[in-house]
Amino acid sequence: MKSDNDVVITGIGIVTCQGVGKEAHVALLSAAAVAKPAIEAERFAPYPVHPLPEIDWSAQIVKRDQRQMENWQRLGVFAAGLALDDAGLKEDAEACASMDMIVAAGGGERDIKVDSLIVDEALKRNDRDILLNEKLTTELRPTLFLAQLSNLMAGNISIVHKVTGSSRTFMGEEAAGISAVETAYHRIKAGQSSHSLVGGAFIAERADILLLVEGIRAHATGEWQPLWSRSNDNGGGMITGSVGAFLVLESRTRAEARGAHIYAVIDAVEGDRGNRDEGKLEKRLSRLSATASGLNGEDTVVFSGASGLVDLATREKTVLEKEFAGAAIRGFGGVTGHALEAQFPLGLALAALSLDGQSLVPAFDETNEKPMAKPADHAVVTTVGYTRGEGVAVLSKNA
Amino acid sequence: MSDNRFTDHLGRPLVAVTGMGVITSLGQGLSDNWSALTSGTSGIHKITRFPTDGLSTRISGTVDFIAVPANNSVERSFAFARETTKEALAQAGLSGDFDGPLFLAAPPVEPEWHDRFALADRSPPSKAEGDAYERFLTAMRERPDPVFLEAVQFGSISERLADMFGTRGLPVTLSTACASGATAIQLGVEAIRQGRTDRALVAATDGSVSVEALVRFSLLSALSTQNDPPEKASKPFSKDRDGFVIAEGAATLVLESVESALARGATVLGIIKGLGEKADHFHRTRSSPDGGPAIATIRAALEDAGMDESGIGYINAHGTSTPENDKMEYGSMLAVFGDRMKNIPASSNKSMIGHTLTAAGAVEAVFSIQTMLTGTLPPTINYTNPDPTIELDVVPNVKRDGQPKAVLSNSFGFGGQNASLVMTLEPV
Repeated sequence: MKSDNDVVITGIGIVTCQGVGKEAHVALLSAAAVAKPAIEAERFAPYPVHPLPEIDWSAQIVKRDQRQMENWQRLGVFAAGLALDDAGLKEDAEACASMDMIVAAGGGERDIKVDSLIVDEALKRNDRDILLNEKLTTELRPTLFLAQLSNLMAGNISIVHKVTGSSRTFMGEEAAGISAVETAYHRIKAGQSSHSLVGGAFIAERADILLLVEGIRAHATGEWQPLWSRSNDNGGGMITGSVGAFLVLESRTRAEARGAHIYAVIDAVEGDRGNRDEGKLEKRLSRLSATASGLNGEDTVVFSGASGLVDLATREKTVLEKEFAGAAIRGFGGVTGHALEAQFPLGLALAALSLDGQSLVPAFDETNEKPMAKPADHAVVTTVGYTRGEGVAVLSKNA
Repeated sequence: MSDNRFTDHLGRPLVAVTGMGVITSLGQGLSDNWSALTSGTSGIHKITRFPTDGLSTRISGTVDFIAVPANNSVERSFAFARETTKEALAQAGLSGDFDGPLFLAAPPVEPEWHDRFALADRSPPSKAEGDAYERFLTAMRERPDPVFLEAVQFGSISERLADMFGTRGLPVTLSTACASGATAIQLGVEAIRQGRTDRALVAATDGSVSVEALVRFSLLSALSTQNDPPEKASKPFSKDRDGFVIAEGAATLVLESVESALARGATVLGIIKGLGEKADHFHRTRSSPDGGPAIATIRAALEDAGMDESGIGYINAHGTSTPENDKMEYGSMLAVFGDRMKNIPASSNKSMIGHTLTAAGAVEAVFSIQTMLTGTLPPTINYTNPDPTIELDVVPNVKRDGQPKAVLSNSFGFGGQNASLVMTLEPV
């Protein structure tokens, strides 16, 4: 049933190791079989990560602005630009000036050289606090702070693309991406917003980020393995990937009035959190899955954002197989890498492209995913945070 | 919902504040804060948390009187928010599970330097220049450290608050820089207006003052270097103002639809009547010289509140004491309020508590409501050398009686963030 305040996806900006932009990902989603994805195995050995593809930053960001950012912000600004372009709104100054924005953000890059210099010097000294003052005041680059600030990805999107209706930055790992989509969805549904830019970016090629997740030995080591085939014999199972993923969400009224292409309709989105012991995770995932009740498994494809953490991935898949019996399940992080804040928006982007293209999405892990018999009319997107937070979205093909 | 006592000019649910809690460098709790704030007391002091040798700024409004199990930004920010939330819920008369969503403004976090040093101590020796993180990773593989991870997860503060107070769903943790507190309130109000919930818990907290945070702001020339005496450094709207004073604090507001608040017999402390926002694309740290986005933000808040300029009786200014903000904020207010501006009292709490960054918008919203409830306008202290280009009634140095029925509170931040709130005492 169509409604004026349906929330529809009209723009997709996506960058992963599979390539830059929509076409590379349509190709992935409609391929007969997927090849082993690009892996950077050397730079951060023993950790394999999915690297950025080659990017011509200047296609979205002028040189002067590029210099004000590091790769994390650049990637977000770049992917946001792709989404605006794709929605046909990039040159529409009025639309951008009234466009709402929610960015799911972590933090920007540390200056590894400066950090190394300080800790190396500190190993030789007893007055570490004094040393810290000396070094920080002389070695830190003033602009680096701005490249690190979480809300400056959004700030740079405002500067570069003139998106200025509102600017909000959500944080909190995967949950940030879930809440960003959930919030934008409810605002449009309630008429508080007519069009919103939502998404995030994550850079996996960062030793400072790997260090964080290694606090719980979450990252896989050694050879790349398909998502559901990973084991605790090689690290924790998560393989991070550099990803930028932005969506333009619009009310159906607005989208149809301007004749925009509608990739998909968002029927529902919800996030939750809590203790995961003793079946509580399963119970919550089942409850969230109920937002998709009534869907026929055969008409449905599930894009799981499982991080790869072995135990969590197994538990999530068991629930999905029960709740969406008959549906094809695709663990997309296996071919893009896990993208933390950007994971949920990435899942929505892939789901929308597959519904729009009526794709027979190939198995991303052939031994653990079954082929699709026919294109899906509905897609379920999940993200289970590697430490906390869960989210589910339900999308349908535009009728 | 058909009862128009409970809806605003657009038929949306009116949103009440039924509980408030606050911590600043002036103390813990609304009562202590309010008496200090109205007596013109400054909470700014010499930094003792870390040595300040060689630093150009050596003062701050840190909160050092709340016990924390580890000296890091997450533990402090959580502890402050926990305390202000307890206070707010008690005032609201709520116990047990809160059963509504949580919107939390919290600072971005990174590992503390003492944790990096500790990691370096247990790491293998350097093999090449710039290889600290490779060594850290080797050490971490040998002995993982979940506490280290938890102290740098952006979601770990809201996680604990959600468990402790029984909020519903996935909490939102947000940062819109110095506008964060106002944005958190905005999200809470929006959720109630959407009809998704009758109540929302809004907290904003910042315990992130560390040497690196201080140096970073110093390198941007944002901080006052008038270290002596510390309590005189923050002087919003003064001619010799030279930057803000970095500070910590937290505030919690319990938001409820007026209908649900009255139904359970709660006291309505004030109404969040209107909210406005507009991003600025001029520069990463500077506002558009013409104040366009700030003007649009204030106007949007008034429009959302269904009010014109004449309704505002007091302004809780952002007033950071940086040369640029105060000038821009004045210009924007002048553009909106015109000739009336010089007759609207507009004071800056930051003259006493410094800039509580992530928490500021919510801390100042609490003080705005308290201003209306008590009929007392808090002063702008250290106002001895007025900026002649800023013709404002800043409530100089000494509190004053006043009965504003509606208050405007502004928040502007790095990254083009602007948010304004209009609060009223009564629903109409």
